[in-house]
Amino acid sequence: MKEILCALICGAMFGFGLALGGMTDPQNIFDFLDIMGQWNPNLALVMGGAIAITLPMYQYIMPKLGKPILTVQFHWPNRTDVDRSLVVGAVLFGLGWGLSGLCPGPALGSIAYADSHLLVFVIAMLLGIVIADRSLTKA
Amino acid sequence: MLQSLLGGLMIGLASSLLMLMNGRIAGIAGITSNALPPKMTPWAIAFVLGLPLGVFLYHQITGAPVSFPEMPLPLLIVAGLLVGIGTRMGSGCTSGHGVCGLSRLSPRSLAATMIFMGIAMLTVFAKGVIA
Repeated sequence: MKEILCALICGAMFGFGLALGGMTDPQNIFDFLDIMGQWNPNLALVMGGAIAITLPMYQYIMPKLGKPILTVQFHWPNRTDVDRSLVVGAVLFGLGWGLSGLCPGPALGSIAYADSHLLVFVIAMLLGIVIADRSLTKA
Repeated sequence: MLQSLLGGLMIGLASSLLMLMNGRIAGIAGITSNALPPKMTPWAIAFVLGLPLGVFLYHQITGAPVSFPEMPLPLLIVAGLLVGIGTRMGSGCTSGHGVCGLSRLSPRSLAATMIFMGIAMLTVFAKGVIA
């Protein structure tokens, strides 16, 4: 129960941070990605700020703890290889992100606005996730 | 500028807390996959529901205007499918690779982040040329 409540609080903090950082406005994303135009570096600050907290926590604090506070173990990803699936997936995601200015976190967070266009995007994204997961587990 | 940095720090705090308390990576695409059928993991569902709650609270507290995607629907559907399929095939998105993966100093995440950012920049550039 505590684990679920904690996840809800983390999700809400994450969503608040996304909105505060301007990530939920697709125009901000376009301005950041438009390096040949009037480049707006603000989103690099969002990413940099996030890493400035997460990196020292991951590198120095978590290894000292040995296990998380509410559950039995840290679930660190263990793959290190750059395979075809990673590259193709990143290319497809980059295309979709560049077209829409939306990545998964801000898209899901923006459900709060109940905008019909955004909901169409989110439904398509969720469908894409399910399709990919089904074909990846088959392969 | 300051607002972007503060937003980033808050995202970092949320990502750190999720690992510290629950032992989980704050990768939104991965968590969303866990929240959907067939898995439907309760903590993942709670996290995903927290995202719009946080966005809602931000606008309630600050009164900042809301902005919507202004695009033709077919384009939004194609982009949504690409983002969904791409993030799962590539095992991560802006948060999973871009924040958590880089914080783990993962070469896989560095490669993925450079590729999706590069392609997204090229896509925006190409859109500008066409328009």
